[in-house]
Amino acid sequence: MKLFKTLAVSAAVALASTSGVANAGTLEDVIARGELNCVVTTGVPGFAAPDDSGRWAGFDVDFCRATAAAVLGSGDKVKFVPTTGKTRFTVLNSGEGDILYRNTTITMSRDVDLKLTFLGVNYYDGQGFMVPKALGVTSAKQLDGASVCIQTGTTTELNLADYFRANNMTYEPVTIETNEEGQTNYLAGRCDVYTTDASGLAATRSTFDHPNAHILLPEIISKEPLGPAVRQGDDQWADVTRWVLNVLIAAEEVGITQANVKGHAAAPGSNPNINRIAGTEGDFGAMIGLDKEWAVRAISAVGNYGEIFERNIGVNTSLGLARGLNQQWTKGGILYTAPVR
Amino acid sequence: MSTEVSHVTGEHPDLPPPVTEVGAIGWIRKNLFSSTSNIVITVLTVYLLYVIVPPMLNWLFLDAVFVADSRDDCRAIAAAAGDELGACWAFIGKRFQIFVYGFYPVEERWRVNLSFILMVAALIPILFDNVPMRKQALWFSLAAPVIIGWLLIGGMGLTPVPTDKFGGFMLTLVIGVTGIVGSLPLGIALALGRQSTMPALRMVCVAFIEFIRGVPLITLLFVASTMLNYFLPPGTTFDLLLRVLIMVTLFSAAYLAEVIRGGLQAIPKGQIEAADSMGLKYWQSMRLIILPQALKISIPGIVNTFIGLYKDTTLVIIIGLFDPLGMGRASLADTKWQGLSTEIYVFVAIFFFVSCFAMARYSLFLEKKLHTGH
Amino acid sequence: MTAATKSGNQSLFYRLFFDKELRSVTIQVITMALIFAFFFFIINNAITNLETIGKGYSFDFLWDASNYDINQTLIEYDSRSPHWRAAIVGIINTLLVAVAGIILSTIVGFLLGVLRLSSNWLINRVVYVYIEYVRNVPVLLHILLVHGIIVNNLPIPKNAMMAFDGTLFLTNRGFYTPKPLFEPAMWAVLIAFVIGIGFTIWFKGYAKKIQDATGKIYPVFWISLGAIILFPIIVFFLAGMPLTWDYPELKGFNFKGGLVLRPEFVALWIALSLYTAAFIAEIVRAGIQAISHGQTEAAFALGIKPSRTMQLIVIPQALRVIIPPLSSQYLNITKNSSLAIAIGYMDIVATIGGISLNQTGREMECMTIVLGLYLMFSLMISAFMNWYNKRMKLVER
Repeated sequence: MKLFKTLAVSAAVALASTSGVANAGTLEDVIARGELNCVVTTGVPGFAAPDDSGRWAGFDVDFCRATAAAVLGSGDKVKFVPTTGKTRFTVLNSGEGDILYRNTTITMSRDVDLKLTFLGVNYYDGQGFMVPKALGVTSAKQLDGASVCIQTGTTTELNLADYFRANNMTYEPVTIETNEEGQTNYLAGRCDVYTTDASGLAATRSTFDHPNAHILLPEIISKEPLGPAVRQGDDQWADVTRWVLNVLIAAEEVGITQANVKGHAAAPGSNPNINRIAGTEGDFGAMIGLDKEWAVRAISAVGNYGEIFERNIGVNTSLGLARGLNQQWTKGGILYTAPVR
Repeated sequence: MSTEVSHVTGEHPDLPPPVTEVGAIGWIRKNLFSSTSNIVITVLTVYLLYVIVPPMLNWLFLDAVFVADSRDDCRAIAAAAGDELGACWAFIGKRFQIFVYGFYPVEERWRVNLSFILMVAALIPILFDNVPMRKQALWFSLAAPVIIGWLLIGGMGLTPVPTDKFGGFMLTLVIGVTGIVGSLPLGIALALGRQSTMPALRMVCVAFIEFIRGVPLITLLFVASTMLNYFLPPGTTFDLLLRVLIMVTLFSAAYLAEVIRGGLQAIPKGQIEAADSMGLKYWQSMRLIILPQALKISIPGIVNTFIGLYKDTTLVIIIGLFDPLGMGRASLADTKWQGLSTEIYVFVAIFFFVSCFAMARYSLFLEKKLHTGH
Repeated sequence: MTAATKSGNQSLFYRLFFDKELRSVTIQVITMALIFAFFFFIINNAITNLETIGKGYSFDFLWDASNYDINQTLIEYDSRSPHWRAAIVGIINTLLVAVAGIILSTIVGFLLGVLRLSSNWLINRVVYVYIEYVRNVPVLLHILLVHGIIVNNLPIPKNAMMAFDGTLFLTNRGFYTPKPLFEPAMWAVLIAFVIGIGFTIWFKGYAKKIQDATGKIYPVFWISLGAIILFPIIVFFLAGMPLTWDYPELKGFNFKGGLVLRPEFVALWIALSLYTAAFIAEIVRAGIQAISHGQTEAAFALGIKPSRTMQLIVIPQALRVIIPPLSSQYLNITKNSSLAIAIGYMDIVATIGGISLNQTGREMECMTIVLGLYLMFSLMISAFMNWYNKRMKLVER
């Protein structure tokens, strides 16, 4: 009786307290905070890795810095949130990160089921296999019964299962959480094959003692369009971040570089495409809630797409990746953005 | 009866004891070789030590390289000395700052050093009795957490440092000490609640304690990192470190509650009855009679729980915080130092061994000091 | 002063807070109200947040195909199996390492505990150093160290270490042994084994009864040994040795056939067992030392040998003191097995709480399942140990 009395009184006392608080836009939040929270990986050479003093550098990192420069004025106003394959989406969805640049493949289920909005592709990639040359394997179809190191929580895991099943081969999956674990296991011989995006394989191989003792098998078994993502439900923020990505590609197409962008911004020139990007013609910044110089700041912080590529993962870096598909459509690749007009 | 008397009757000079009974040889015979099984055990143990200890010492000290620039450099130095490479401690040496401070900005590291000194200063009056001016020092210990918090996080005069820059041993100490300090009052409250005569309160405490003790800490940390944000009002988010601190404190409080409950149960009922008959109210009898005795009995259990909590701080690597293991793993991505994971594990193991052993020794010291007549 | 006089003088409101009985009701009501309000608050938030993102709370995803493979499965499983099957694989893996860990750690723990009390100074000190080292280093480090040693120091399958003339192989991908294949006649041997155990249990009770009544002692140990081991072996030979072996062979990259123990399982098992054995050793030592010295002295005075003293007098009494902390160590092994995720062993946390959670995005549902399963294990072990404890407890006033 006593307990019942207690429970009855308590139920009457409890009140509904929360009303739905409307989600303040992410753009306003970022500007108010003065810092962009960028979800990245824990450390992939060339794409996102901290150096000895703790400063982050890489391909994805530069795109984050460009977004921060466009929105906040400086490419240094970024806080990098390192995540594993498991935690990246929950960190973005929970609000801890504003934007995700983490060599993440765009898939339907991620777009729809995980409630993410993808902004475009910043690297066209595909899943490949790396094996030691000493194994004498020349094709992925010869890998029946092998042990394969695979990172959990990724599309590569699912593609691997599909590929081996489709080719009637079996394998032993060795699950790893991070790239470092994968490297250690692969080099110790725990697995014969390391599989991830071909760009990731090149990055990993570049850090080995003897990179030439390992080969990338010719089969590319999936399409891996890597691109940035934001939370679903905030269209304005998605617009801002999408067009920062687009304008970096468009800048390379029309010939704007980190060196000459300030010059173009000083006065309108003869090429209207350049003028619109540089802010001397039209006011495209205001359409997405920024000022006229948004693209100029982004480009002067990190350069255009080609410069970002060459600086971090291009042929002259330890990764040694050729542009391949990631070249402008005018030069044989498939980078083809909508025009800024 | 033939006599071999060579001395006066009644004065027998003592012969020295046989060589095999005293001194080193006697000790060895008694302790190591006293029976067949003992001999066998001794021989096996010596063999085991012979197989394990020299290679370990070789790897740790004799073949190890302490100063070098990269792993290849380590190998070159070892080859020059004619050995196979043992441990490449140069890796730890070069990255030592990061192991200790994490990503804390270099120019603000004096704040971390100052916090550490303050923490030691605040702990000394609590842990030891014969400290001069103990009463004033205890007031300082009370204020110390607030001061240290302000020093580490910043704001109000100092540049704010976001908590995701915490890492390395600094992070271990922050989580460990905060967990310990926070969970003791909470644990006492839970233990008292569990003993309470009010059924609702008791039910709630029991449910909480059993739930927390039934699940591994790693799952609670996962909940903290993935799910907790869903339970907060839309738009707000807690700092990850704060969430981890809350979870660790709750976890440790539940275990402490059980230890203290054991101590409370060991107190004879007569104590409570005597306190009641003297007219002491509930909180007075608790404060003056019961809790001091209960805590004294449970000290070994309490220190054990603290040591366990301190060791569990290594688990935060799995949710992406950079404790020393995480810093080590992140440093491995650097080309220069690839493949040196064993050195990291051994280094962190030595650090934990030293600190936990010190805590255990302190617990023995405390037990001896308080062992008044039990 | 009676209660009637008191209540006549003071208002209800005053009494709510200061009268002892009513005050306890007040406190409880406030506590329950606060707790209800708290839960209501967070659940409301959760619902709102999930709606904003568009996820619901449903367990339908458990029937979708998982699309990933698991390297150690004791039941049939492939990448087309649904998520709930992956969860079952995880549960079996957890139970496997927990039970194996409990067995090994108990054996090693008791051994170390007794050795710690040995009069042999050398072994005493060596065990002491070992126990102190193991107890003061976090279990995650033990797991990583053992796994690192296994993976880095054992050879790859091509250069496998061989033992027993090609039947046992040690590689860093696993330990391969021949697998026994049972033919149908093996059932007879199994039944014989079960009969042997039943006979032993009955015979022990019977022999004790006879000993109490007439003082005659049967050689219980040897008869039980005969029943449990000799009897099934005789049946085995009579049935024509219905046992063949599946030998592991190197085919291509890895060994095929035979029984395989993955290095992740072995590392987790050994690390957890050695870690918990150190704690069990201390518990055993404390239990044996808790037995009053008078007991052993009286036993010696009666002429009972030291080994029989230990067996008949000390250990049964010590067990009473040892069992409760021992059960909490068993619980710890089960919970520490969740660290499997650090080395890639696929237990509950790694399958349903890891890969499934990540691929489907259903954090709330998956974590509910994981937490619920662990709570169930803990409650089961606690209940079993409580029952055992009640049986062995000294009845006191």
